[in-house]
Amino acid sequence: MSKRVLEVENLTVDIPVGAGMLHAVQGISFHVDRGETLCIVGESGCGKSLTSLAVMDLLPKKAIRTADTLELAGENLLGAGERRMSDIRGNTMGMIFQEPMTSLNPAYTIGNQLEEALKRHRRVSTREARDRAIYLLEKVGITAAESRLTQYPHQLSGGLRQRVMIAITLMCGPNLIIADEPTTALDVTIQAQILLLLADLQREFDMGLILITHDLGVVARIADRVAVMYAGQIVEQGTAEQVFNSPTHPYTQGLLDCIPIPGKTDRGKPLGSIPGIVPSLVGEFRSCHFAERCMYAMDDCTKADIDMRDADSPGHRYRCLLDPATCKSNAIREGVA
Amino acid sequence: MDETSAKTTQGPVIAERVLDEPSPGERARKRMFGHFGFMFGAGVLITIIAIAFLAPLISPHDPFDQQLARKLIPPIWHDHPKATWEFPLGTDQFGRDYLSRLIHGSQISLLIGFAAMLISGVIGTALGVAAGYFGGRVDMVVNFIITTRLSLPVVLVALAVVSLVGNSLTIVIWVLGLLIWDRFAVVMRSTTQQVRNLDYVAAAQAIGCSTTRIIFAEIMPNIVNNLIVVATIEMAHAIILEAALSFLGLGVQPPAPSWGLMIAEGKNHMLFDPWLVGIPGTALFILILSINLLGDGIRDVTAPENRN
Amino acid sequence: MLIYALKRLSIALLVAITVSLITFSMIYLSGDPAIALAGETATQQDIENIRKVYGYDQPIIVQYLVWLGNALTGDLGHSHYLKSEVSDVIFQRLPVTMTLGACSLGFALLLSIPLGVLAAMRPNTLIDRIALSIAVVGQALPSFWFALIMIFFFGVALRWLPITGSASWKNFVMPSIALGYYITPAVMRLTRAGMIEVLSSDYIRTARAKGLRPIVVLFKHALRNAIIPVVSLAAVQFGFMLGGSIVIETIFAINGLGQLAWESILRADLPMMQAIVLVLACFYIVLTFLADLLNAFLDPRIRVS
Repeated sequence: MSKRVLEVENLTVDIPVGAGMLHAVQGISFHVDRGETLCIVGESGCGKSLTSLAVMDLLPKKAIRTADTLELAGENLLGAGERRMSDIRGNTMGMIFQEPMTSLNPAYTIGNQLEEALKRHRRVSTREARDRAIYLLEKVGITAAESRLTQYPHQLSGGLRQRVMIAITLMCGPNLIIADEPTTALDVTIQAQILLLLADLQREFDMGLILITHDLGVVARIADRVAVMYAGQIVEQGTAEQVFNSPTHPYTQGLLDCIPIPGKTDRGKPLGSIPGIVPSLVGEFRSCHFAERCMYAMDDCTKADIDMRDADSPGHRYRCLLDPATCKSNAIREGVA
Repeated sequence: MDETSAKTTQGPVIAERVLDEPSPGERARKRMFGHFGFMFGAGVLITIIAIAFLAPLISPHDPFDQQLARKLIPPIWHDHPKATWEFPLGTDQFGRDYLSRLIHGSQISLLIGFAAMLISGVIGTALGVAAGYFGGRVDMVVNFIITTRLSLPVVLVALAVVSLVGNSLTIVIWVLGLLIWDRFAVVMRSTTQQVRNLDYVAAAQAIGCSTTRIIFAEIMPNIVNNLIVVATIEMAHAIILEAALSFLGLGVQPPAPSWGLMIAEGKNHMLFDPWLVGIPGTALFILILSINLLGDGIRDVTAPENRN
Repeated sequence: MLIYALKRLSIALLVAITVSLITFSMIYLSGDPAIALAGETATQQDIENIRKVYGYDQPIIVQYLVWLGNALTGDLGHSHYLKSEVSDVIFQRLPVTMTLGACSLGFALLLSIPLGVLAAMRPNTLIDRIALSIAVVGQALPSFWFALIMIFFFGVALRWLPITGSASWKNFVMPSIALGYYITPAVMRLTRAGMIEVLSSDYIRTARAKGLRPIVVLFKHALRNAIIPVVSLAAVQFGFMLGGSIVIETIFAINGLGQLAWESILRADLPMMQAIVLVLACFYIVLTFLADLLNAFLDPRIRVS
């Protein structure tokens, strides 16, 4: 079986708003293989959540999605109608959301919500569905699984609910799981547990995992590959090692400068911050999106769109006019490389 | 070295900010005048109020003048030899000009609606704000009072009380006012509770604002919006109730031209002279509709999030 | 759940007692009830007799307690005019009003809930505007006038339906529509608002992400949650409707409790008036209590704590 679980090329999401057309996601490309974790990192509003919704075809009605390629394990999702998509969702592709407290229906038991995920896509008896539910609840680390089945969501803590959400996604054995900020709403101690759980499950079931987050610490923990998003575009992409050790794009460097990195950040040195705000994505404008806040910006940066280019190691790409060598020296100067 | 100032070029401003946005007041006025329901409701209501005020001046005839010789003349749009512009809306079974009666009837509806709304508004708001602001025991007691009031069948109790005490205009107004305050209490209570718990109230308390200032500067403005909306609902409610009471004969007494009474009096002639029922009913419908649209409009313009 | 039920029950009982107090004191509004009962042509002796028979010469507390005690055992007094026990007459007429109430509620729910759901699924489209228009018109239309219009068109002009009496099911069509239309706007708006809110909630997003079919998402997941507040509202509105049935019953000459109330008011049949108000109020109290229980039952957050 092919290793590639998800192939996305030139994905755009446009949303008509009062003031014009909001280009929320602009021509991004990425891929995920079996057994691989891709982390999409970016600040609020950069378009990372919309990206995941676009892949699942769960965008709001007004949104317009286009792409050159959107393939799940070789199947083209672009032409797939709603019927086919609903067969795929929860089956070969699953999604976990950010707010475990409200992601489960308060009127039905945990068991009911787990079993319905399986029964929708497979001809199984209630007994079989129940057994699978118990099996997965134990897999996600919930003890006394059988008694949990008859409990209601409000009787569980946030961490437990998120584990249940993960179990629900696993019911049909998907090829790909998209987790949109799965730990943001949880306590810090629980965060680590959930992340490790996701990594373990991914290994055990040989799935692809896309983890969307704004937290670089999370990325450092479990990412195989990283895509850094800013203002609707991917500005840097590569393996975790490449992006963390040789951050090339000024935005990535700025991000890393904002957090203390053991071994790299000097004691007593003030943490960096990136001045300015994210630009408005409504209407047409051809420019590097980061230019306004970039300390290395030149005239050419604002004249046209910037394409991705290769950095100094294979598979490592970034979107900037500056050449890799200059970027590298900047990074070293910043103390983030 | 200050790295943040190393920017070498100015470059064009990527995110343009529109500096001359309209002020909140201008925006509110724009929303008001653009809202069809609000404008229609306000326009119609103002017209009816004007008619009520000018009734003696604009009525072509005396609404109480009975002349049996000219009874049951159809309105002007009927293809009938007796229909005449002298009585554009025809005459009733006592020969009274229907148009004049309709015009004078507006006074009754508006007066009762407004007065009953005021009385119930005072009672309900006092109860609701007290319950919402003080909470605890006060809240429990007020809730109990509201539940008790809700258990009583309003129309029945109103009828019973009016039949026992007497049915002057004043009594009808007071009976209605004392019965329909529940929505005021419920809405004002929940609004006060919401506002009381808001962060900026806590912030105002934290910086030492006096309770009076908090109530008038923070709580009142939010309450006023909902208050006006409920006031329109209850005014319409009072008007319908008075019409129902008068229809049953226990509201305003004949020969007063209450629209409900006109419908009752015309009911028996409905087979051949349906306009006797149709005209005052339509007037009631338009009046209540305009009040409701006005209330909805105010709510949409000031607090669209309460739209249920 | 049990504690919740007990709390609600005790409040209901307290309200019932307060209502009984209010109902009892109503007859004193006209001054001396014996005079009111005796009528205009009564002599002083008649009035004294009535006072003795009805016990109006006792202290008020005693009167109240006697009256309450009797009421609890089913004795609601004696109607001077109908020459029979009040409770007999009431229970005779009650089924008719209950039938009317049930039909009206059925009509209202059949109209408002589907409309509310459809409007919520397609907000700001044609169906939404139609639904909201029905609500707006319904709130502005006095029920008695609506009833008269229907009588004129369907009863008189077209002769499709009978306009008086309560003989067959046909007699209940127009009254049910007139009465049910009264509560349709509120129920429809609440259903619509509840569905809109629920449809945008996270667990609906989860349901879609599971690949569940749209019908399943709509009914099993969305409506199941949105309907909870509607149940309470429907119960309360049903209570209001029963109170408003007096107008409809008199128009359509339906022999129910409403018409009985009307007649007793006209005749100043005080014990009957009292009893009907009390019965309707108690019915409302029981109804809201049951609605509270149903509400709690439907919401696992309350049921299982």
